Amino acid sequence: MAKQTKTLNLNFGPVHPAAHGVLRLILELDGEVVEKADPHIGLLHRGTEKLIEHKTYVQAVPYFDRLDYVAPMNQEHAFALAIENLLNLEVPIRAQYIRVMFCEIGRILSHLLNVTTQALDVGALTPSLWGFEERETLMTFYERASGSRLHANYFRAGGVHQDLPMGLSEDIEKFCNNFPKIIDDLETLLTDNRIFKQRNVDIGIVTKQEALDHSFSGVMLRGSGVPWDLRKSQPYDCYENINFKIPIGKNGDCYDRYLCRIEEMRESVNIIKQCLKNMPKGPIKTIDGKISPPKKSELKNSMEALIHHFKLFSEGYRVDSGEIYTAVEAPKGEFGVFLISDGSNKPYKCKIRAPGFSHLQAMDYLIKGHMLADVPAVLGSLDIVFGEVDR
Amino acid sequence: MKLNRIIKTIFLLEFVKALAIAIKEIFKSKKTINYPFEKGRISPRFRGEHALRRYPNGEERCIACKLCEAVCPAQAITIESKPTADGSRKTIRYDIDMLKCIYCGLCEESCPVDAIVQGPNFEFGTETREELYYNKEKLLENGDKWEQTLAENIKADLPYR
Repeated sequence: MAKQTKTLNLNFGPVHPAAHGVLRLILELDGEVVEKADPHIGLLHRGTEKLIEHKTYVQAVPYFDRLDYVAPMNQEHAFALAIENLLNLEVPIRAQYIRVMFCEIGRILSHLLNVTTQALDVGALTPSLWGFEERETLMTFYERASGSRLHANYFRAGGVHQDLPMGLSEDIEKFCNNFPKIIDDLETLLTDNRIFKQRNVDIGIVTKQEALDHSFSGVMLRGSGVPWDLRKSQPYDCYENINFKIPIGKNGDCYDRYLCRIEEMRESVNIIKQCLKNMPKGPIKTIDGKISPPKKSELKNSMEALIHHFKLFSEGYRVDSGEIYTAVEAPKGEFGVFLISDGSNKPYKCKIRAPGFSHLQAMDYLIKGHMLADVPAVLGSLDIVFGEVDR
Repeated sequence: MKLNRIIKTIFLLEFVKALAIAIKEIFKSKKTINYPFEKGRISPRFRGEHALRRYPNGEERCIACKLCEAVCPAQAITIESKPTADGSRKTIRYDIDMLKCIYCGLCEESCPVDAIVQGPNFEFGTETREELYYNKEKLLENGDKWEQTLAENIKADLPYR
C-alpha cells in the first residue's frame, strides 16, 4: 500500500523576529523541507505613491525617507534627480559631492544593518551589537547635517537643504579612517566562522541567468557574478569623477552576497574619502530663485527674495510636463522613480520601483527544496525592508 | 593548504581569533550611555518639539502668514488670525497636532520671522493623546522655556540658514 503524505502549512511571520519586518510567509513544508513559499505583503502599505500625487514636490520628499528607512537619503536622491531631469536643472558641484557622500553613508548604514542582522538570524549576536555602535555614529552625521537621525528631508531638487556644518567633514574623515578596522573585526567574527559558513555557503544559489530573469539588481545581481552597477553604467551626479570597484560574487549564494556587502562597505569608505578630498567650496543648491528658496537673511532686504520665498513654500514650483524614469543604485539595488508631470506644482503620477519587491518575488524560487532553517538565512541575504516593498 | 585547513578545523582557530577580539573589547571603554541621566549629543539643527518664539520685548513673533500651515505635508498645523488693536496681524489660534506631525522641519524652514521652530527637546511623551494636541498657549510656553537654547541654536546655524 502506498504511503500517503500531506504537506504542512506554516505561517512564518508577520511577527517573527527573523522576518525582517512585517512579512507573512506561508510555507508549505514536507517534513523540514520547504516545498513552496508564498510571501504575503501589504501589511505596511501606506499608499505613498498616491499620497505624493496630492503633495507639492517639496512636500513629497519626506515620503522617500520612509520607503527604505535604513538608508533614507538614497531614496531622496532618486526623487531629486527625477525632478532635476525634468527641469533640466544644473546641480552645483559641491551639492553633488555632498549628496554622493551621504548616499555612501547610507549604503554603509544599510549594509551594516543587513550583514549583522543576517548573522543574528543564523545565531551570532555580537556583530549586531558592534554594528549598531557604528550605525549610531553614522546617524549622528545625518543628524548634524539634516537635523534628523533617520527621516532626513535633506536632498532637494537642485541640491541639498543646508551646507555641512563646521567640523562635520573632519569627523566623517576620522570615521573613515577607523571604520575599516571595524569591518576587519566583523570579518574575523563571521567570514571564517564555521557556523556562519555552514548556514550560508551554498544556500539560496542564484545563477547568472536566473538573477537576470527575476529582474534582480544590486547585490543580489552582483553576488551572482554580473558586474552591473548603475553608479558605473550610467553615472549620476559626480560618480563619474570617483574611482571605485564593483565587488562581484562567484557562486551567487548567501555567503557570496555577504562578502559582496562587506567589500562594498570598504568601497563606500573609499568613495566618502574621495568626496571629502575633492569637494569644492561653493553653493549647495541651485541659484535659480524659482526652484530653491532664498537665504533667510535676504528676506528682510529683498522684495524678490520674499516673493520667491512665499511662492515656493505655499504653491511650490511648477515642473514642465513630461515623464521620466530615473534610477539610482540604492544599497538594496536599483531604486527607480517614474515621474509624470502635467506642468503643475504636483506630480501627476509617481511610480516607485523598489528593489526589495522583485527580490521578494523570487522567494519561492530561492527557497524551494531548502530546509526550514534556511528561510531566515535566505531572507536575511535578500535584504528586505518593508517600507519599500509595501510602499 | 590542506594541512592548514586541518589544523584550522581541529584547533578551532577562527573561534580562538574571534574570542581574542571579544576579550580585547572587554577592556575598552563602555559605549552605552545611562539614558535618563546621560543623553546623546544633539546638534543645533535637531528637529524636536515645536515652540513659538517671542521678541525680546515679549511680543509674539508670529505674523500669521500661514506659510507653515500651507507647507506642512502632514497638515498638522491650523491657524486662525485677526488684526489686533495696533493694526498688526496676530494669530488667535495656532494648533499643532503633534501626533500628525512628521518632524520634517518644513515649518521652521518656511517661517520668515523665525517664530515657529523645532527645538532640542525630544522628551515630550504624554499619557493621553489629548495632551499632544498643542495649542498656542502650550507652544508659547515651550518657546519661553527653551528660548535660550533656541536662540543659541539659531545663532550657531546662522551662516547656513
